Amino acid sequence: MTAVEIDILLLSLKVAFWAMLGVLPVALALAYLLARGGFPGKALLDAVVNLPLVLPPVVMGYLLLAAFGRNGAIGTFLDQHFGVTFAFRWTGAALAAGIMGLPLAVRAMRQAIEAVDQRLEAAAATLGASPAWIFATVTLPLAVPGILNGLLLAFGRSLGEFGATITFVSNIPGETQTLPLAIYGLTQVPGGDAQAWRLCLLSIALSLAALLASEWLSGALKRRAQT
Amino acid sequence: MTLDVRIGMRLGDFALDVAFAAGNGVTALFGPSGSGKTSVLNAIAGLLKPASGRIALDDRVFFDGRTWLAPRERRIGYVFQEARLLPHLNVRQNLLYGRFFSPEREHPVELDRVLELLDLARLLSRRPQNLSGGEKQRVAIGRALLASPRLMLMDEPLASLDASRKAEILYYIERLRDELGLPMVFVSHSVEEVVRLADTVVVLAEGKVADRGSVVGHLQGGAVIESTVAEQDLRWGLARLQFAGGSLYAADVNALVGERVRVRVRAQDVALATVRPASLSMLNVLPATVKSIADAAASSVDVQLDLGGAELVARITRKSLAELGLAPGKPVFALIKSVAIDRVSVGYA
Repeated sequence: MTAVEIDILLLSLKVAFWAMLGVLPVALALAYLLARGGFPGKALLDAVVNLPLVLPPVVMGYLLLAAFGRNGAIGTFLDQHFGVTFAFRWTGAALAAGIMGLPLAVRAMRQAIEAVDQRLEAAAATLGASPAWIFATVTLPLAVPGILNGLLLAFGRSLGEFGATITFVSNIPGETQTLPLAIYGLTQVPGGDAQAWRLCLLSIALSLAALLASEWLSGALKRRAQT
Repeated sequence: MTLDVRIGMRLGDFALDVAFAAGNGVTALFGPSGSGKTSVLNAIAGLLKPASGRIALDDRVFFDGRTWLAPRERRIGYVFQEARLLPHLNVRQNLLYGRFFSPEREHPVELDRVLELLDLARLLSRRPQNLSGGEKQRVAIGRALLASPRLMLMDEPLASLDASRKAEILYYIERLRDELGLPMVFVSHSVEEVVRLADTVVVLAEGKVADRGSVVGHLQGGAVIESTVAEQDLRWGLARLQFAGGSLYAADVNALVGERVRVRVRAQDVALATVRPASLSMLNVLPATVKSIADAAASSVDVQLDLGGAELVARITRKSLAELGLAPGKPVFALIKSVAIDRVSVGYA
């Protein structure tokens, strides 16, 4: 691999990693709310969470640009008060990737939480555990396989994110140019085919590795549950 | 200790309207499936919120019009029908789960004591999925105990077990009752369990209290007699049980001479005669007086008998009632087969 290719790979992994990390608390909270909460507007929240799944990614990217861009309300606020900028930065790529991966993570985590026997939680309550403690010591550990699965899905989705990213943070080499964006860029210039192919193979290898890791992980969790 | 329970609520089509008080010792909530027993336990534990009423343990109000204490604030040990052990923790971690939440100085029972009481020491490192049904239930009891409860609730802890496991767990629950003196409310639809364990019984039917009082004399379809083992006849495998007003022979009773036992005699196992019969296989021929006669079914009646201290019920046909000319005050002989009083109908008082 060339130095440029390694940079692209590392940037892609960095973006996907931070997207996954950002998704974790948000998806977990949403999954818990949707699995266990009974509140008005639950159906609406469910729909909003799933929106990125059905919305054209370019729409999502454009919305992000409007909200988090240099002139966007949230973007300006974060920039002035916290010094955090998303527009045309790798952080913006991570934000876009995270939002696109969120519905997949919420879905997997919600199913995992719904599968936890609430009678066990009731038993923990009679033993003196507070709701937060029950979540941490009963619900969470029993839902761990589903939560990890959700994270892997979000990670995979982030590696492949294209439309929202390119609309929101553009295609800037070394800053926002992840694997899919680099491949797209190469296909747009004459003579870029060979390099595009190399990156495509890299992409395939990466995805395969992620899938194998996920298989291994679920196998390991099953074995752990049986001992 | 006094547990005061008044609950009014609807669960779908089912209306629960129950009021009773439970003191020290073991109180049995007795009744058929669907009579609301488990809902009452859930309301006491705080897993179910009644629409109206009041639940209080001594001066601590769990629930009334204004107050609602969460389950964790009630300090009530709850042993569920299905054990509900946490599958991702081993036995030791399950046992100590509630320990963490109760203040150190309020630990009346130590782990070692619970391990000894329930025979759990060799199971400590096992996972719940590798335990038998009886072992799971023992761990569940230990776990509830170690959370230092003021009151134990048990929801048919024996229901999912086979006969020999049942006997095993009954033995452990008896030890709990006798050695720790922890007040218990015990749900059951088995008369045998109630007789063996409970001091008082609250009979539920269709969401209402149908009857309540001391176990002795308050179980339909039979009577319970408090007695002492006077003699163990090893040659014939018979025990002579002495009670106020006489003694009777029972088969295969696992108790030492001098021990106090409680015997349940089913009404259908008692026959009546107006003269003392001779050449009879039945070993127990007890002189008695008819106290009252109550309807049992279209063809039968329950005859309440006074044995001179203890009480007995005989279920006989209306035909026999007419032919023997039985009426209150009349002297009779109660006949009971010894084999009808066996291990399951005898409990340690």
